[in-house]
Amino acid sequence: MSDPTAQSGKIDFSPKPRPHEVAIRIFLFVTAAISIVITLGIVLELVKESWLFFGDPEVSLWEFLTSNEWQPVIGKFGIWPLLSATLMTSTIAMLVAFPLGLMVAIYLSEYAPDRVRAILKPVLEILAGIPTVVYGYFAVTFMTPLLQSIFGNDIVDVYNTASAGIVMGILILPLVSSMTEDALSSVPRSLRAGAFALGATKMETSIQIVVPAAFSGIAAAFIVALSRAVGETMIVALAAGAGPNFTINPFEGAETLTGYIVRISGGDISYNSVDYNSIFALGLVLFIITLTLNFISRRIVEKYREVYE
Amino acid sequence: MSASYTGQKSYYGDGMAQNIARRRRHGRVWHILFYAATTISILALIVLLLNIFNAVFGFVLIEDEVPPTELAPGGDLESLSQGELISLLEEYLSVGLIRRFNFEEPLAERSVTDLAALVQVRIVNPTVIEAWSLQESLFQSDMIRAEHAAHPGTRVQFRSWLSARFLVSPQNPRPQLAGIRTAFFGSLWMIIIVIVVAFPIGVAAAIYLEEYARSEIWYNRIIEVNIYNLAGIPSIIFGLLGLAVFVRALEPFTSGTVFGGVDPTTANGRTIISAGLTLSLLILPIIIINSREAIKAVPSSLRESSYGLGATKWQTIWHHVLPASFDRILTGTILAISRAIGETAPLVVVGASTFITVDPKTLFSKFTTLPIQIYQWSARPQSQFRNVAAAAIVVLLVLMLSMNAVAIIMRNRISKQRRI
Repeated sequence: MSDPTAQSGKIDFSPKPRPHEVAIRIFLFVTAAISIVITLGIVLELVKESWLFFGDPEVSLWEFLTSNEWQPVIGKFGIWPLLSATLMTSTIAMLVAFPLGLMVAIYLSEYAPDRVRAILKPVLEILAGIPTVVYGYFAVTFMTPLLQSIFGNDIVDVYNTASAGIVMGILILPLVSSMTEDALSSVPRSLRAGAFALGATKMETSIQIVVPAAFSGIAAAFIVALSRAVGETMIVALAAGAGPNFTINPFEGAETLTGYIVRISGGDISYNSVDYNSIFALGLVLFIITLTLNFISRRIVEKYREVYE
Repeated sequence: MSASYTGQKSYYGDGMAQNIARRRRHGRVWHILFYAATTISILALIVLLLNIFNAVFGFVLIEDEVPPTELAPGGDLESLSQGELISLLEEYLSVGLIRRFNFEEPLAERSVTDLAALVQVRIVNPTVIEAWSLQESLFQSDMIRAEHAAHPGTRVQFRSWLSARFLVSPQNPRPQLAGIRTAFFGSLWMIIIVIVVAFPIGVAAAIYLEEYARSEIWYNRIIEVNIYNLAGIPSIIFGLLGLAVFVRALEPFTSGTVFGGVDPTTANGRTIISAGLTLSLLILPIIIINSREAIKAVPSSLRESSYGLGATKWQTIWHHVLPASFDRILTGTILAISRAIGETAPLVVVGASTFITVDPKTLFSKFTTLPIQIYQWSARPQSQFRNVAAAAIVVLLVLMLSMNAVAIIMRNRISKQRRI
C-alpha cells in the first residue's frame, strides 16, 4: 500500500530563502532605529556637556538649583532667573491660549454650522503654520507698543515677558483648539442626545456633559501646549529681553532658558568654555521638563480616557 | 379636576418658566462668549497679517548726497547720453574707483541703463532717513509733511520694501539696499537636503513600523514611543544636538576639509550641510508619523489580494502599498518640509552666519536662511530694518503658503478619486 503522505512529503513547503527580502527588512529596521539613535545622541550630548559644566570648579550643582543669580561673568550660575522667566512667559501664554482655545473648540465642535467650520478650521491651521519668528516680529512691532500705549512707557519696558507671553498664547491657541476639538468631537452623539432628551440646553449639554466626557483629551491638550510654550524660542528671544532677571513683574524684561541658549550660541562661542557647557546644562533642564510634560499627557490620556461603545 | 390640574401646572410652571428663562439666558451668554473667543482668534490672525503689510509699504524720506536734478535735466539720469554719464562718474568719483569699474567691465562698453544705475548708487547715493508705515502714510500726511519740511534737501517717496531688487540683492548693512538673495538660496539648500535625507529615511521607517513591526515585541514598542517623544522635544534641543555632533564632533566632514577644496584655516563646521542635517533630524519624526498615517489608510484587502497572487512581502509593499499611499505620503512630507523652512532656533544654535553676501555654492558654504534673516533684522535697533524684515516675512509666508496649498490641493484630489 502506497503512502500518499510519503509522496507529498517530497514537496517542500518550507519558505524559500529570500535573502533580499531579509536584507530589505533589516534596512527598514535600521531606518526606524535611527530615531532611537537620535534620542540617545541628544541624551548623551546633553549629559556629557552638563557633566563638564558641573565639573567646572566655578559651578556647583547646589548653587545651580537654588541660587537666583545667573551671571556667568562673575561665576554665578543659579538657574532660577532663567527658569522663572520661562515659567512666567509660559503661564501668561497658557492664560491666553487655554480659555480662548477651549472656547473656540467648544464653538467649533458644538455650535458652528458645517459651513463655518469648513472655513474656520483651515484658518486656524494657517495660524498654526506661521513660523514662530514671525510671531516674534509681531510681539516686537505690535504687542509691545500696544502694551506701552495702554500702560505707559515708564511701566512697560521695551523688552518684557508680558508681550512675549501674550503672543506665545496666540501661537499655541490653534494647537489647544484643534486638540480639544478632536477630543470633543470624539464624544459620541448619544451622550448629547441623552442630555437634550432630559431637557438640558445646548450650553448645559456642552459644558456639563461633553466637556467632562472629553476631559482626558482636554487635559492632554493643555499639557502638550504647556510643553510647547516652555520650549518656544524665537518669540522670547526677540521680545522677552536679553539679560537674566529674577522678577515677577511681567512688564520687565527677563531672559528665558531658550532665549539664553539662542543668545549665547548665536555669538561666536568657543568649545570647552563654561558658556558652551552651560547651554547644554540648560538644554538638559529644558529636555527633562518637556519630556516629563509629554509623559504626563500620555499617562492622562491612557488613564482617564472614557471608552465609549 | 381639570381646574385643579391647570392650577397645579401654573404653580410649578411659574418656577419652571423662570428657571428655563434663566437657563436660556445663560446659554445665550455662553454662546456669545464662545463666538467672541473664535472672533478674537480670527482677529489675531488678521492683525498679524495687517501688521506685516503695514510695514512693507509706506512713504520714506530720502536724502540724496547729490540731487539728481543737479546731474541731469529733470533729474532723469537715463535721458543722458553714455558719454555724459561717464564724464559724470569721472567727475565725482576717485580715479582708483573708476579704474576698478573699468577693470570689471569697461565703462565705455556699458549700456546707458547700467551707467545710470551706477550714477544713482555711487553719486546720488540716496539714504532713507525716515520710513513710515502704510497706515501712517495714509492717515497722517500732516506729520510726514512736517517731517519733510524739517529736513531741507530731502524728498518723500512712496516705497514698497518688497521689490524685485529686494529679491535678487544680497545682504547689505544699509536697509534700503538689503535683500534676501543669500537667505533664499540658503533656504532652498535646506529644502533639498531635507528631501534627500529625511524623506527616504522617514518613509522607510514608516514602512517598517506599519508593515513589518509587531508591536508586541519590546524594541518595536520602544521605537514607537520614542518617535512620539522626539516629536515633542523643543526644536532648540535639536539645535544643541546639531552643534555638538555635526558642527563640532564631525567638523572634518561637515567643514569639507577631508574632501579638500576648502581653505582649512577658515573652514569650520557651521555649514549648510550641518544645518540641513539638523533640520532633517528635527522633521524626521513628523515625516514618520505622517507617512504611517498614509500607509495605514491603505486597505488590507489590497495587501491580501497581492499575497493571494503569490507576491512576497516586499513586492506587495513596493508594487501596491506604496503606490496606493504615495500621494498621501507626499502631502505629509510637504507639510513637514514647510515646517522645516520656517524653523529658526535650531539654525541659530548650529551657527548661521550673521552677515554673508556671497551665494552659498556648495554643501560646505556658510549659510543663512529666510527666517534667520527675519530674526536678525527684527532684532536690529534701526527701525528701517523692521520694514526689511516685514518684506522678508511676506516672501517666507508666500513660499510656505504655496507649499501648503500644493499639499491641500493634492489632499483634495485624493479624497475625490479615492481608489478603493
